[in-house]
Amino acid sequence: MKFKLVFLLAALVAFGLVGTAPSMGQDLIKIGLINADPNESGYRKANVESMTSALSKENGFDVSVAYSERKVENQIAAAQQFINEGVKYLVISPEVSTGWDSVAQSAKEAGVKVIAFDRVIEMPDDVLVASTVSDMRAEGDKAVKWLEDKKLPAYNIIHIQGQMGTDAQVKRSAALTEAAKDKGWNLVAQQTASWSEEDAKQVVQAVIDAKKEFNVIYAENDNMAAGAVAALDANGITHGKTGDVVIIGFDANQWALKEVLAGNWNLDVECNPLHGPLVAQIIKDLEAGKKVDKVRYIEEQAFDTDTITQAVVDGRTYGFEN
Amino acid sequence: MKNLMKNLMKNPLFVPVICLGLVLLFNLLTNAGFFEISIKRNNVGNWILAGNLISVFNNASELVILAIGMTLITSASGGQDISVGACVAIAGGVILKTLASKSGVPVVAAVSLGCLVAMAFGAFNGILVSIFNIQPMVATLILFTAGRPISSWITGGLSPRITNSVLDAVGNVIPGVPVPTPIFIAAFCVGFIFLTLRFTNLGLYAQAVGISDKAARLVGLSPRLVKFIQFVVMGLCVGLVAFIKVSRVGSIQYNYIAKDIEMDAILAVALGGNSLSGGRFSMTGSIIGAYTIQAITTTLLANSVPSDALSAYKAVVIIILVVIQSPVVKDFWRRRGKTDPGDSSLNPTKNGLPPHPQGAGPKANAGPNAGPNPASGSAASLSASLSASPAANLGPGPLPSLAPALGAGPVGT
Repeated sequence: MKFKLVFLLAALVAFGLVGTAPSMGQDLIKIGLINADPNESGYRKANVESMTSALSKENGFDVSVAYSERKVENQIAAAQQFINEGVKYLVISPEVSTGWDSVAQSAKEAGVKVIAFDRVIEMPDDVLVASTVSDMRAEGDKAVKWLEDKKLPAYNIIHIQGQMGTDAQVKRSAALTEAAKDKGWNLVAQQTASWSEEDAKQVVQAVIDAKKEFNVIYAENDNMAAGAVAALDANGITHGKTGDVVIIGFDANQWALKEVLAGNWNLDVECNPLHGPLVAQIIKDLEAGKKVDKVRYIEEQAFDTDTITQAVVDGRTYGFEN
Repeated sequence: MKNLMKNLMKNPLFVPVICLGLVLLFNLLTNAGFFEISIKRNNVGNWILAGNLISVFNNASELVILAIGMTLITSASGGQDISVGACVAIAGGVILKTLASKSGVPVVAAVSLGCLVAMAFGAFNGILVSIFNIQPMVATLILFTAGRPISSWITGGLSPRITNSVLDAVGNVIPGVPVPTPIFIAAFCVGFIFLTLRFTNLGLYAQAVGISDKAARLVGLSPRLVKFIQFVVMGLCVGLVAFIKVSRVGSIQYNYIAKDIEMDAILAVALGGNSLSGGRFSMTGSIIGAYTIQAITTTLLANSVPSDALSAYKAVVIIILVVIQSPVVKDFWRRRGKTDPGDSSLNPTKNGLPPHPQGAGPKANAGPNAGPNPASGSAASLSASLSASPAANLGPGPLPSLAPALGAGPVGT
């Protein structure tokens, strides 16, 4: 009973604070932010921090946050709740892209606008006003273009794929397989290592054991590139800027960029998790009555041993070692 | 000759060995290069052996160690621990965090801490199973779900990368010794568990409890304590596996480290000819099973099976191996071999008592193992069951001396 009273009191105080805040300045824009699990990866952690810092009170937003705990049902329940609470925008990074029909319906009835970030979501155009995503295909194309410009005497490539069927895997794989077909590159091996460092080490070890010739490793994330390099090191094969094997990774974690800076890897293509500022800008534009693009690709770079600098490594906000 | 065949067929290890043999035979026929072993220098200048066979032994190390723990848990509790992969993530997180946080922490200390934490989580599982009597798969489901988030919480969601000469020696090779170190660690664990089974009653008690809780209690064993101990032993196995995993690449990914390894460990136990409902077990069988699974994985990699079909191929191979192991097929071959008529009634019973191993005389054939209901709860039947059929894996040592003790009165655990 006592506990209940304390709780009630605390709730009243909290409400009081929230209630008085908007009257102090301009009206805050009410937003429901639904993200994936912050513990999912270093990438997600950086994304969560970017979203919450960009959609802050100081920037004019009144944001309620919910996390998926890896279940899309939790996200859908949170979305319904936020709509009932009268948010103006729903900002969602869905666990799965489909199954959002009921949310779309409620949002439409309540006049709530939906913005998807980082991952695509299937909703009718009148509800889903904008999406900000990484262009995974463009990432793959950047790596392929760089590889072509390198003008290697031969292209014998080990292709280490991510978890099969994921957006990143499908598009990064497509970029390489199509290029290999066009340009006559030889894919010595094409195997999934399910984003895992140790699996990638096993895949490369198997290629080495089979005594197949190769001079490029195209690993679809940084961890798999690290696993592949571990296998090369164990077998006395040199790699990187001055070595025999060209190493390409994706995501551009800070620790991975250090490898590029040290010349152990050749190229790392960024997969930018910092969607916060972009989403904030889209909402401000919508509020100002401007037209916004349906799909906004987030800006992403690629760093090779020539373009990387200590400043780039220091400027990373994600993928820290410790 | 016929006798030899008959004895071979009766040996519980016959089929697991055949399974491993089939996988190797496939490689011999399709790709003899599979067996080539070469020696080279790695990038730090140490000699190292390389080749598919080395890769099989090297990469199977973790699975072998986990199969040991899984066999004991299966035997004593009649269930499986599905949280081992997640617990490896936890222990790996602890080891990594300890090594990364303060420079100068010796690896031994970090690994000991990791093992202790893993044993504590093992004890947690053990308490749920032994004291609260929750089915092992349900009890371990908790850590199966929560383990990886706990690991992420321990490392703060970061992925520290450690370069350390000790880790490098453990994950790759010790300078001057060309054989990958994980192979030695697995061999050490295997040797250790065989000595333990030979000279202590760990295995005997596990089987007694697994065959019948009630009967074990009547002869003075504490089923709770026995089951609990197996989970703590599994914790130690998990800690060692985490150490190897961390050493291999100098880091862990809490989401992917040892992913689905619990299923492979359970499969290793099953491929070893053990019943998953507990009771009698063959440790050698489980270990052969573990190497078989890695041999399959390496074979598929060596044959560049397309990624999207990898799991399907693996499933097909495993179906074949499991069917070879099934009582129906075994029985068929036994009848074809025209063994003595009594054998046809010797299908493995509910408790997975395998058909009698070699060395078990006619007395064993007449023993209570053939009976359909060992759970009848009689201490006499249990002690008779244990004494009548000395299994190869238990060794003759403790059994004859213990049987009278079991029959006579309480034995401390």
